[in-house]
Amino acid sequence: MGIDRREFIRIAGLSTLLGLGGTGAFELLAPGRVEAEIIPALGSLKAKRWVMVINQKELDDNTAQQCAAACHRVHNVPDFLNPPDAKLKLNPAVAHRYQVKWLWTEHFHNAFPGDAPAHMAEKVEHMNFLVLCNHCQNPPCVRVCPTKATFQRDDGIVMMDMHRCIGCRFCMAGCPYGSRSFNWRDPRPYVKENYPGYPTREIGVVEKCTFCAERLAQGLQPACVETSRGAIVFGDLEDEKSEVREYLRKYFTIRRKAHLGTNPQVYYIV
Amino acid sequence: MADYKNEFGFFAERPKVEKKLFDRNKVIAGLVIFIVMITIPLWQNLGKTVAAPAPSLDTPVIKQLAAKDKKCVMPTEWMRANHMQMLVDWRDNVVRTKEQLVTTSRGREFVAPDGKQYLASLTNTCMECHSNKVDFCDKCHNYVAAAPNCWGCHLEKGKKLAEAK
Repeated sequence: MGIDRREFIRIAGLSTLLGLGGTGAFELLAPGRVEAEIIPALGSLKAKRWVMVINQKELDDNTAQQCAAACHRVHNVPDFLNPPDAKLKLNPAVAHRYQVKWLWTEHFHNAFPGDAPAHMAEKVEHMNFLVLCNHCQNPPCVRVCPTKATFQRDDGIVMMDMHRCIGCRFCMAGCPYGSRSFNWRDPRPYVKENYPGYPTREIGVVEKCTFCAERLAQGLQPACVETSRGAIVFGDLEDEKSEVREYLRKYFTIRRKAHLGTNPQVYYIV
Repeated sequence: MADYKNEFGFFAERPKVEKKLFDRNKVIAGLVIFIVMITIPLWQNLGKTVAAPAPSLDTPVIKQLAAKDKKCVMPTEWMRANHMQMLVDWRDNVVRTKEQLVTTSRGREFVAPDGKQYLASLTNTCMECHSNKVDFCDKCHNYVAAAPNCWGCHLEKGKKLAEAK
Protein backbone atom coordinates (compact mmCIF):
# COMPACT_ATOMS: atom_id res chain seq x y z
CA MET A 1 0.00 0.00 0.00
CA GLY A 2 1.31 3.43 -0.88
CA ILE A 3 1.30 6.57 1.21
CA ASP A 4 -1.33 9.24 1.01
CA ARG A 5 -0.69 12.81 -0.01
CA ARG A 6 -0.58 14.14 3.55
CA GLU A 7 2.06 11.57 4.56
CA PHE A 8 4.14 12.25 1.44
CA ILE A 9 4.22 16.01 2.02
CA ARG A 10 5.13 15.48 5.67
CA ILE A 11 8.11 13.23 4.82
CA ALA A 12 9.26 15.48 1.99
CA GLY A 13 9.12 18.55 4.21
CA LEU A 14 11.03 16.91 7.03
CA SER A 15 13.70 15.65 4.61
CA THR A 16 14.16 19.13 3.18
CA LEU A 17 14.52 20.61 6.66
CA LEU A 18 17.09 17.97 7.60
CA GLY A 19 18.98 18.58 4.36
CA LEU A 20 19.12 22.31 4.92
CA GLY A 21 20.37 21.88 8.45
CA GLY A 22 22.84 19.16 7.42
CA THR A 23 26.19 20.92 7.43
CA GLY A 24 25.11 23.12 10.30
CA ALA A 25 24.18 20.05 12.29
CA PHE A 26 27.58 18.51 11.62
CA GLU A 27 29.28 21.70 12.76
CA LEU A 28 27.20 21.70 15.95
CA LEU A 29 27.78 18.05 16.77
CA ALA A 30 31.43 17.74 15.67
CA PRO A 31 33.09 21.12 15.31
CA GLY A 32 36.42 21.39 13.55
CA ARG A 33 37.75 20.24 10.24
CA VAL A 34 35.17 18.66 7.98
CA GLU A 35 37.20 18.71 4.80
CA ALA A 36 40.90 18.17 4.20
CA GLU A 37 42.76 21.43 4.01
CA ILE A 38 46.32 22.59 3.65
CA ILE A 39 47.69 24.46 6.61
CA PRO A 40 50.93 26.18 5.68
CA ALA A 41 53.64 26.29 8.29
CA LEU A 42 53.42 29.18 10.70
CA GLY A 43 55.44 32.21 9.75
CA SER A 44 55.52 31.51 6.02
CA LEU A 45 55.02 34.36 3.58
CA LYS A 46 51.86 34.08 1.53
CA ALA A 47 50.49 36.05 -1.38
CA LYS A 48 47.87 35.83 -4.06
CA ARG A 49 50.37 36.77 -6.77
CA TRP A 50 54.09 37.09 -6.14
CA VAL A 51 55.83 39.62 -8.33
CA MET A 52 59.25 41.25 -8.38
CA VAL A 53 60.14 44.82 -9.22
CA ILE A 54 63.80 45.47 -10.03
CA ASN A 55 64.82 49.07 -9.70
CA GLN A 56 67.70 49.29 -12.16
CA LYS A 57 68.35 52.90 -11.18
CA GLU A 58 69.33 51.80 -7.69
CA LEU A 59 71.06 48.58 -8.66
CA ASP A 60 74.79 48.98 -9.29
CA ASP A 61 76.77 46.28 -11.12
CA ASN A 62 78.54 45.16 -8.00
CA THR A 63 75.30 44.57 -6.11
CA ALA A 64 73.84 42.75 -9.11
CA GLN A 65 76.77 40.34 -9.09
CA GLN A 66 76.37 39.87 -5.35
CA CYS A 67 72.68 39.08 -5.79
CA ALA A 68 73.50 36.44 -8.39
CA ALA A 69 76.21 34.99 -6.17
CA ALA A 70 73.91 34.86 -3.15
CA CYS A 71 71.18 33.16 -5.17
CA HIS A 72 73.58 30.59 -6.58
CA ARG A 73 75.07 29.94 -3.16
CA VAL A 74 71.81 29.20 -1.33
CA HIS A 75 70.58 26.99 -4.15
CA ASN A 76 73.76 25.00 -4.68
CA VAL A 77 74.03 26.14 -8.29
CA PRO A 78 77.17 24.69 -9.90
CA ASP A 79 79.77 27.01 -11.41
CA PHE A 80 81.25 25.37 -14.48
CA LEU A 81 83.23 28.43 -15.51
CA ASN A 82 85.20 28.67 -12.27
CA PRO A 83 85.22 25.18 -10.77
CA PRO A 84 86.30 24.89 -7.14
CA ASP A 85 89.04 22.44 -8.07
CA ALA A 86 91.62 23.07 -10.83
CA LYS A 87 91.31 19.43 -11.88
CA LEU A 88 87.68 19.99 -12.84
CA LYS A 89 88.54 22.78 -15.26
CA LEU A 90 86.61 22.45 -18.50
CA ASN A 91 87.26 23.63 -22.02
CA PRO A 92 85.89 27.21 -21.93
CA ALA A 93 83.54 26.65 -24.88
CA VAL A 94 82.11 23.53 -23.23
CA ALA A 95 81.88 25.19 -19.84
CA HIS A 96 79.98 28.06 -21.39
CA ARG A 97 77.41 25.69 -22.84
CA TYR A 98 77.10 23.77 -19.57
CA GLN A 99 76.51 26.91 -17.52
CA VAL A 100 73.62 26.81 -15.06
CA LYS A 101 72.05 30.20 -14.43
CA TRP A 102 69.25 31.18 -12.08
CA LEU A 103 70.02 34.87 -11.84
CA TRP A 104 72.45 36.71 -14.08
CA THR A 105 72.96 40.00 -15.94
CA GLU A 106 72.34 40.97 -19.56
CA HIS A 107 72.60 44.18 -21.53
CA PHE A 108 69.48 45.92 -22.78
CA HIS A 109 69.69 44.56 -26.33
CA ASN A 110 69.80 40.99 -24.98
CA ALA A 111 67.32 41.40 -22.17
CA PHE A 112 64.81 43.36 -24.25
CA PRO A 113 65.55 42.35 -27.86
CA GLY A 114 63.63 44.35 -30.44
CA ASP A 115 62.71 47.03 -27.93
CA ALA A 116 65.90 49.03 -28.39
CA PRO A 117 65.64 52.07 -30.65
CA ALA A 118 68.56 52.87 -32.93
CA HIS A 119 69.73 55.61 -30.61
CA MET A 120 68.96 55.08 -26.98
CA ALA A 121 70.16 56.52 -23.71
CA GLU A 122 73.74 55.36 -23.28
CA LYS A 123 73.26 54.73 -19.62
CA VAL A 124 70.44 52.29 -20.29
CA GLU A 125 72.17 50.72 -23.26
CA HIS A 126 75.13 49.66 -21.14
CA MET A 127 73.14 48.91 -18.02
CA ASN A 128 73.49 45.42 -16.56
CA PHE A 129 69.94 44.16 -16.21
CA LEU A 130 69.41 41.49 -13.61
CA VAL A 131 67.45 38.74 -15.35
CA LEU A 132 65.79 35.65 -13.98
CA CYS A 133 62.72 33.49 -14.49
CA ASN A 134 59.80 35.87 -15.04
CA HIS A 135 57.25 33.59 -13.36
CA CYS A 136 54.85 34.36 -16.20
CA GLN A 137 51.16 34.44 -15.63
CA ASN A 138 50.86 32.44 -18.84
CA PRO A 139 53.98 30.29 -18.72
CA PRO A 140 54.86 28.47 -21.96
CA CYS A 141 57.21 26.12 -20.09
CA VAL A 142 54.30 24.77 -18.06
CA ARG A 143 52.24 24.23 -21.19
CA VAL A 144 54.90 22.14 -22.90
CA CYS A 145 56.08 20.07 -19.93
CA PRO A 146 54.98 16.48 -20.64
CA THR A 147 55.26 15.32 -17.01
CA LYS A 148 53.97 18.38 -15.18
CA ALA A 149 57.36 18.63 -13.54
CA THR A 150 57.07 22.36 -13.93
CA PHE A 151 53.78 23.82 -12.82
CA GLN A 152 52.21 27.05 -11.69
CA ARG A 153 51.34 27.40 -8.04
CA ASP A 154 48.27 29.24 -6.86
CA ASP A 155 50.45 32.15 -5.78
CA GLY A 156 51.82 32.48 -9.31
CA ILE A 157 55.22 30.93 -8.74
CA VAL A 158 56.28 28.73 -11.65
CA MET A 159 57.72 25.84 -9.69
CA MET A 160 60.00 22.96 -10.62
CA ASP A 161 59.55 19.47 -9.26
CA MET A 162 62.97 17.95 -9.86
CA HIS A 163 61.63 14.53 -8.90
CA ARG A 164 59.45 14.49 -11.98
CA CYS A 165 61.72 16.12 -14.53
CA ILE A 166 62.74 13.69 -17.27
CA GLY A 167 65.12 16.16 -18.91
CA CYS A 168 63.33 16.43 -22.25
CA ARG A 169 64.13 20.17 -22.40
CA PHE A 170 60.82 21.13 -24.02
CA CYS A 171 60.53 23.84 -21.37
CA MET A 172 63.88 25.28 -22.40
CA ALA A 173 62.63 25.48 -25.98
CA GLY A 174 59.38 27.00 -24.75
CA CYS A 175 60.88 29.67 -22.49
CA PRO A 176 61.52 32.87 -24.47
CA TYR A 177 63.82 34.24 -21.76
CA GLY A 178 66.48 31.52 -21.57
CA SER A 179 65.73 31.27 -17.88
CA ARG A 180 66.15 27.52 -17.76
CA SER A 181 69.36 25.54 -17.60
CA PHE A 182 69.96 21.88 -18.24
CA ASN A 183 72.34 19.80 -16.16
CA TRP A 184 74.55 18.37 -18.87
CA ARG A 185 76.80 16.74 -16.30
CA ASP A 186 76.83 15.93 -12.60
CA PRO A 187 76.68 19.35 -10.92
CA ARG A 188 77.82 18.22 -7.46
CA PRO A 189 81.59 18.54 -7.92
CA TYR A 190 81.08 22.05 -9.31
CA VAL A 191 79.14 23.34 -6.32
CA LYS A 192 81.59 25.44 -4.34
CA GLU A 193 80.25 24.74 -0.88
CA ASN A 194 77.20 22.64 -0.19
CA TYR A 195 74.48 24.81 1.30
CA PRO A 196 72.74 22.45 3.70
CA GLY A 197 69.27 23.95 3.44
CA TYR A 198 68.71 23.04 -0.20
CA PRO A 199 69.36 19.96 -2.34
CA THR A 200 71.65 19.89 -5.33
CA ARG A 201 70.46 18.60 -8.69
CA GLU A 202 71.34 15.51 -10.65
CA ILE A 203 72.57 15.12 -14.19
CA GLY A 204 69.71 15.31 -16.69
CA VAL A 205 67.23 17.70 -15.07
CA VAL A 206 66.31 21.28 -15.91
CA GLU A 207 66.48 23.93 -13.22
CA LYS A 208 65.60 27.59 -12.79
CA CYS A 209 64.72 30.30 -10.30
CA THR A 210 61.81 29.38 -8.03
CA PHE A 211 61.34 32.83 -6.46
CA CYS A 212 62.95 31.19 -3.40
CA ALA A 213 59.79 29.21 -2.63
CA GLU A 214 61.66 27.38 0.15
CA ARG A 215 62.64 30.67 1.77
CA LEU A 216 59.12 32.11 1.51
CA ALA A 217 57.90 29.03 3.39
CA GLN A 218 60.24 29.98 6.22
CA GLY A 219 59.10 33.57 6.23
CA LEU A 220 62.19 34.91 4.48
CA GLN A 221 62.45 37.19 1.47
CA PRO A 222 64.17 35.77 -1.63
CA ALA A 223 67.95 35.73 -1.40
CA CYS A 224 68.45 38.30 -4.17
CA VAL A 225 66.00 40.72 -2.52
CA GLU A 226 67.89 40.48 0.76
CA THR A 227 71.22 41.12 -0.97
CA SER A 228 70.01 43.94 -3.22
CA ARG A 229 70.10 46.76 -0.62
CA GLY A 230 66.57 47.79 -1.50
CA ALA A 231 66.97 47.72 -5.27
CA ILE A 232 64.71 44.70 -5.65
CA VAL A 233 61.21 44.69 -4.23
CA PHE A 234 59.21 41.53 -3.86
CA GLY A 235 55.56 41.30 -2.88
CA ASP A 236 51.95 40.63 -3.60
CA LEU A 237 50.51 42.17 -6.76
CA GLU A 238 46.96 41.65 -5.50
CA ASP A 239 47.58 43.56 -2.30
CA GLU A 240 46.93 47.25 -2.93
CA LYS A 241 49.07 48.32 0.01
CA SER A 242 52.08 46.21 -0.88
CA GLU A 243 55.42 47.79 -1.68
CA VAL A 244 55.42 46.41 -5.22
CA ARG A 245 52.09 48.06 -5.95
CA GLU A 246 53.44 51.30 -4.59
CA TYR A 247 56.44 51.06 -6.92
CA LEU A 248 54.25 50.16 -9.89
CA ARG A 249 52.06 53.21 -9.14
CA LYS A 250 55.02 55.48 -8.74
CA TYR A 251 57.34 54.43 -11.57
CA PHE A 252 57.01 53.50 -15.20
CA THR A 253 58.11 49.89 -15.59
CA ILE A 254 58.97 47.65 -18.51
CA ARG A 255 58.80 43.89 -18.80
CA ARG A 256 60.80 41.49 -20.94
CA LYS A 257 59.15 40.49 -24.23
CA ALA A 258 55.68 41.27 -22.92
CA HIS A 259 54.41 41.29 -26.53
CA LEU A 260 54.75 37.50 -26.62
CA GLY A 261 51.77 37.17 -24.34
CA THR A 262 53.46 35.30 -21.52
CA ASN A 263 52.54 38.09 -19.10
CA PRO A 264 55.90 38.16 -17.28
CA GLN A 265 55.80 39.18 -13.63
CA VAL A 266 59.24 40.72 -13.17
CA TYR A 267 59.07 44.48 -13.67
CA TYR A 268 62.03 46.74 -14.43
CA ILE A 269 62.38 50.39 -13.51
CA VAL A 270 64.91 52.02 -15.86
CA MET B 1 54.60 -46.93 -37.51
CA ALA B 2 53.94 -48.03 -41.07
CA ASP B 3 52.80 -45.74 -43.84
CA TYR B 4 51.12 -42.55 -42.99
CA LYS B 5 48.45 -40.82 -45.02
CA ASN B 6 46.55 -37.68 -45.51
CA GLU B 7 43.38 -36.86 -47.42
CA PHE B 8 45.23 -37.23 -50.79
CA GLY B 9 46.26 -40.81 -50.21
CA PHE B 10 49.16 -42.85 -48.94
CA PHE B 11 52.72 -41.70 -48.86
CA ALA B 12 55.93 -43.57 -48.64
CA GLU B 13 57.31 -44.59 -45.30
CA ARG B 14 59.23 -42.00 -43.44
CA PRO B 15 62.95 -42.33 -44.00
CA LYS B 16 64.53 -44.04 -41.06
CA VAL B 17 67.12 -41.81 -39.45
CA GLU B 18 69.15 -43.27 -36.70
CA LYS B 19 68.61 -41.26 -33.52
CA LYS B 20 71.98 -40.79 -32.03
CA LEU B 21 73.65 -38.18 -29.89
CA PHE B 22 77.05 -37.59 -31.33
CA ASP B 23 79.92 -37.08 -28.90
CA ARG B 24 77.61 -38.16 -26.15
CA ASN B 25 80.17 -38.11 -23.37
CA LYS B 26 81.55 -34.71 -24.24
CA VAL B 27 78.11 -33.14 -24.53
CA ILE B 28 76.91 -34.50 -21.21
CA ALA B 29 80.12 -33.52 -19.46
CA GLY B 30 79.78 -30.03 -20.91
CA LEU B 31 76.19 -29.75 -19.76
CA VAL B 32 77.11 -30.84 -16.25
CA ILE B 33 79.92 -28.28 -16.11
CA PHE B 34 77.59 -25.57 -17.40
CA ILE B 35 74.91 -26.31 -14.80
CA VAL B 36 77.44 -26.41 -11.98
CA MET B 37 78.93 -23.12 -13.14
CA ILE B 38 75.67 -21.20 -13.23
CA THR B 39 74.54 -22.58 -9.89
CA ILE B 40 77.82 -21.83 -8.11
CA PRO B 41 76.29 -18.91 -6.13
CA LEU B 42 73.67 -21.29 -4.80
CA TRP B 43 76.27 -23.88 -3.73
CA GLN B 44 78.49 -21.29 -2.18
CA ASN B 45 75.71 -19.90 0.00
CA LEU B 46 74.15 -23.26 0.83
CA GLY B 47 73.59 -23.61 4.54
CA LYS B 48 74.88 -20.11 5.28
CA THR B 49 72.63 -17.50 6.86
CA VAL B 50 73.12 -13.80 6.23
CA ALA B 51 72.60 -11.86 9.43
CA ALA B 52 69.63 -9.50 9.42
CA PRO B 53 70.76 -5.89 9.10
CA ALA B 54 71.12 -3.96 12.34
CA PRO B 55 70.90 -0.28 11.52
CA SER B 56 72.90 1.73 13.99
CA LEU B 57 71.31 4.46 16.10
CA ASP B 58 74.66 5.55 17.44
CA THR B 59 74.90 9.17 16.34
CA PRO B 60 75.83 12.23 18.38
CA VAL B 61 72.39 13.82 18.01
CA ILE B 62 70.49 10.71 19.08
CA LYS B 63 72.86 10.22 22.05
CA GLN B 64 72.11 13.72 23.27
CA LEU B 65 68.36 13.21 23.24
CA ALA B 66 66.67 12.60 26.57
CA ALA B 67 65.29 9.09 27.02
CA LYS B 68 61.71 10.18 26.57
CA ASP B 69 62.50 12.07 23.37
CA LYS B 70 64.37 9.14 21.90
CA LYS B 71 61.81 8.30 19.27
CA CYS B 72 61.27 8.82 15.60
CA VAL B 73 58.53 10.98 14.10
CA MET B 74 56.39 7.86 13.92
CA PRO B 75 56.61 4.52 15.81
CA THR B 76 59.60 2.41 14.83
CA GLU B 77 57.57 -0.49 13.49
CA TRP B 78 55.50 1.84 11.33
CA MET B 79 58.60 3.61 10.05
CA ARG B 80 60.24 0.33 9.15
CA ALA B 81 57.33 -0.56 6.89
CA ASN B 82 56.22 2.85 5.63
CA HIS B 83 59.09 5.35 5.73
CA MET B 84 59.37 5.37 1.95
CA GLN B 85 55.70 6.21 1.55
CA MET B 86 56.01 8.92 4.18
CA LEU B 87 58.97 10.47 2.39
CA VAL B 88 57.04 10.46 -0.86
CA ASP B 89 54.20 12.20 0.98
CA TRP B 90 56.54 14.80 2.41
CA ARG B 91 58.00 15.37 -1.01
CA ASP B 92 54.60 15.88 -2.64
CA ASN B 93 53.45 18.14 0.17
CA VAL B 94 56.51 20.30 0.17
CA VAL B 95 57.01 20.61 -3.57
CA ARG B 96 53.48 20.32 -4.88
CA THR B 97 51.52 21.26 -1.73
CA LYS B 98 48.96 18.53 -1.89
CA GLU B 99 47.23 16.84 1.00
CA GLN B 100 48.05 13.16 1.05
CA LEU B 101 46.29 10.44 2.95
CA VAL B 102 48.86 8.24 4.60
CA THR B 103 50.26 10.66 7.14
CA THR B 104 49.17 13.94 8.59
CA SER B 105 51.85 15.93 6.82
CA ARG B 106 50.58 19.39 6.00
CA GLY B 107 52.63 21.61 3.74
CA ARG B 108 56.09 21.84 5.21
CA GLU B 109 55.21 20.78 8.72
CA PHE B 110 54.64 17.24 9.83
CA VAL B 111 52.50 16.60 12.86
CA ALA B 112 53.44 13.40 14.66
CA PRO B 113 50.75 11.34 16.42
CA ASP B 114 51.85 12.80 19.76
CA GLY B 115 51.22 16.31 18.44
CA LYS B 116 54.85 17.30 18.03
CA GLN B 117 55.63 19.24 14.85
CA TYR B 118 58.55 18.58 12.59
CA LEU B 119 59.84 20.19 9.42
CA ALA B 120 59.08 17.77 6.58
CA SER B 121 62.60 17.45 5.20
CA LEU B 122 64.83 14.49 4.51
CA THR B 123 68.12 16.33 4.91
CA ASN B 124 67.10 18.68 7.69
CA THR B 125 64.94 16.40 9.81
CA CYS B 126 65.72 12.73 9.11
CA MET B 127 69.44 13.11 8.47
CA GLU B 128 69.76 15.49 11.38
CA CYS B 129 69.37 12.57 13.80
CA HIS B 130 70.38 9.76 11.47
CA SER B 131 73.57 11.41 10.31
CA ASN B 132 75.14 7.98 9.76
CA LYS B 133 73.77 7.12 6.33
CA VAL B 134 76.24 4.28 5.79
CA ASP B 135 75.36 2.56 9.07
CA PHE B 136 71.67 3.37 9.05
CA CYS B 137 70.05 3.80 5.62
CA ASP B 138 72.46 1.73 3.58
CA LYS B 139 72.39 -1.23 5.97
CA CYS B 140 68.85 -2.29 5.10
CA HIS B 141 68.83 -0.91 1.58
CA ASN B 142 71.83 -3.04 0.69
CA TYR B 143 70.33 -6.08 2.41
CA VAL B 144 67.16 -5.93 0.33
CA ALA B 145 69.00 -4.64 -2.77
CA ALA B 146 66.98 -1.43 -2.83
CA ALA B 147 68.70 1.52 -4.48
CA PRO B 148 66.75 4.68 -3.64
CA ASN B 149 68.03 7.70 -5.56
CA CYS B 150 67.37 10.26 -2.81
CA TRP B 151 71.02 11.12 -2.29
CA GLY B 152 71.65 11.99 -5.90
CA CYS B 153 70.34 15.43 -4.99
CA HIS B 154 69.64 15.56 -1.25
CA LEU B 155 72.66 16.17 0.88
CA GLU B 156 73.57 13.52 3.42
CA LYS B 157 74.58 15.86 6.16
CA GLY B 158 72.15 18.57 7.07
CA LYS B 159 72.43 21.34 9.58
CA LYS B 160 69.41 23.06 10.97
CA LEU B 161 68.26 25.70 8.53
CA ALA B 162 68.61 28.35 11.20
CA GLU B 163 72.32 27.66 11.52
CA ALA B 164 72.84 27.90 7.79
CA LYS B 165 71.34 31.34 7.54
